[in-house]
Amino acid sequence: MARKFTPKVVTANHLLEGDVIYLTADDRWTRNLSEAEMIDDEAHADIRLLFAAAQQSVVVGPYLADVEAGANGPEPTHFREDFRRTGPSNYFHGKQAAKAEA
Amino acid sequence: MYKYNEFDAAFLAERNRQFRAQVERRIDGSLTEDEFRPLRLMNGLYLQLHAYMLRVAIPYGTLSSDQMRQLALLAEKWDKGYGHFTTRQNIQYNWPKLPDVPDMLDALAEVGLHAIQTSGNCIRNVTADHFAGAAADELIDPRPVAELLRQWSTDHPEFQFMPRKFKIAITGSPNDRAVVAAHDIGLRAVQKNGEIGFEVLVGGGLGRTPMIGKVINPFVAKEDLLPYLEAIVSTWNMEGRRDNKYKARIKITVHEQGLDTFRAKVEERYAAVRDQFRGYDQKLLAEIEQYFAAPAYRDGDVAAYTTAYNADPVFRAWVDTNLTAHKRADHAIVTISIKAHGKTPGDASAEQMRLMAHLADKYAYGELRISHEQNVILPHVHKSDLPALHKALKAAGLGTANIGLVSDIIACPGMDYCALATARSIPIAQQIATRIDELKIEREVGELKIKISGCINACGHHHVGHIGILGLDRAGVENYQITLGGDHTETAAIGERAGPGFSYDQIVPAIERLITAYLELRTSAEERFIDAYRRVGPAPFKAALYPEAEEKANAA
Ligand code: HEM
Ligand code: SF4
Repeated sequence: MARKFTPKVVTANHLLEGDVIYLTADDRWTRNLSEAEMIDDEAHADIRLLFAAAQQSVVVGPYLADVEAGANGPEPTHFREDFRRTGPSNYFHGKQAAKAEA
Repeated sequence: MYKYNEFDAAFLAERNRQFRAQVERRIDGSLTEDEFRPLRLMNGLYLQLHAYMLRVAIPYGTLSSDQMRQLALLAEKWDKGYGHFTTRQNIQYNWPKLPDVPDMLDALAEVGLHAIQTSGNCIRNVTADHFAGAAADELIDPRPVAELLRQWSTDHPEFQFMPRKFKIAITGSPNDRAVVAAHDIGLRAVQKNGEIGFEVLVGGGLGRTPMIGKVINPFVAKEDLLPYLEAIVSTWNMEGRRDNKYKARIKITVHEQGLDTFRAKVEERYAAVRDQFRGYDQKLLAEIEQYFAAPAYRDGDVAAYTTAYNADPVFRAWVDTNLTAHKRADHAIVTISIKAHGKTPGDASAEQMRLMAHLADKYAYGELRISHEQNVILPHVHKSDLPALHKALKAAGLGTANIGLVSDIIACPGMDYCALATARSIPIAQQIATRIDELKIEREVGELKIKISGCINACGHHHVGHIGILGLDRAGVENYQITLGGDHTETAAIGERAGPGFSYDQIVPAIERLITAYLELRTSAEERFIDAYRRVGPAPFKAALYPEAEEKANAA
């Protein structure tokens, strides 16, 4: 039997701003992990990553990050992704601040 | 201080113009990221976890007050109002946006600063003793040689695509404050028969394979230094392993080939290149030296200082930790701690930078220095000005009296910013400093160097900390390994691993147990942590770190 596939999101940094972004199901880039497309299938993940990698003038360094389903969409399974979607812990900067403003 | 001549200014303007065009081509899609990446790295621009990061060189740690004000301007205009001073005498901006970077570089060029070769496989910013030109114990001011090396290595056509990065550090004093033994090349000024030259160390480095540099030549005369360094770097450039980036640094080349073999190759190369240096470098050095003339020291009575020292315990505490002997008895070297308890080590706000620039103008002949220990230095202060200076610093949260103490921690950016990190380091430093402050035992503990890195690359120098902390990712959880007995001075040593790592919640209590154990076993207040460790060895410290293991052993 095939190994169980850990769900993924496509994530990258924005070319101009440098901040963390995620690919949505309708081919947009969002700054909010909960809006990202959660991918349950390996072949589909590969296609989505290729789609992202082709957008050289929008994103830098796209890759697949592990996630799990949460009440509000995908949640990170590793602390690195948790920091990426939040911001640094020594100052209230980055996404956490942007969210507070919104 | 060194002043750019027309050539320097034109070179930098041209370089910035080129990079501006490269950024434009990246943005309009004519350059791919793979094409752009090496270009941006050569200009100090990284892409980190949450944003771009711009690393600006502070050559040999020396800044004028105008340069410091410009660093403040960058922080305010294009970043989030602060900058991070690093162990390599750089300043890092954590939040620039790509389209703004060319403007930032132009603003830096206005005051003779740049980000060239702060990354990439080239010769990096040359670091030096942060007390250079001021210290009572120094043989020579190493900065003219450092500036010569900067000019030689900048855009050196042979050394732009080397097997790996290359770091040079230099000290003019027998007391090594520049950690020269942990660099690819370390230079120590020495005197032989009345002549000044350099002891040359090679193959030091930290990272995943820490090594202490070895003496490749005990005495290279000043006029032979540049050709000798050219010979070392070009030998390694040919011999260094390009097949495996983990084996590419010169420390591995020297280790694999053996020092004697490597030295023989360097000598052979030296014989070939020596004649290409026809003395122009020495002429240039003589010109550079003029820029580093000592300021016109002012004379004056130091009674105000003595009075304040005797009357004010807060001032006295600060004097006792933050001052270093100046070569003139009526002056002092002042280290400004940018490590207030609980704050991020090495971070300074734009206001603090401006204040330090202002105080440098008022009290320190307009000069500042940045130390590899992530603090700011006023290298020449007349003692009678110290009380007023201290008052001004204290009012701005810059009066912390902790230099050399537990809370004077080196910490790399770690997982809070760095894309390579395996764990956080800044919050660990913040918590240790806060805890030691709560316990009110910092001064009692005395000199203790804690250094923290957020991954095996060792940017936080953990290997040479009396206590080193290395943050790792163990099965998706942050885990912190402790090393003990490291030494960053002229008696450099790599610390030894104490045992299994600690979780994020357990690392600060573990450090506290180490400190308590030290206080219990030291013979006197004069015996520093590192001395006690050398006397008794790791066993009592391990027992303090791992009490359960101790109990089990006793029960068995
Ligand atoms: C945040 C972005 C940074 C990145 C991506 C980075 C990357 C690296 C890497 C890959 C190494 C290992 C090199 C090797 O062993 O070949 C290294 C070493 C080092 N870095 Fe960094 N670093 C960063 C920040 C810093 C900072 C902030 C400092 C100063 C606080 C610093 C100072 C050093 C030092 C001292 C070493 C070890 C000395 C040596 O080269 O052997 N780095 N860095
Ligand atoms: S030690 Fe690791 S985590 Fe820290 S700055 Fe260097 S590369 Fe980043």
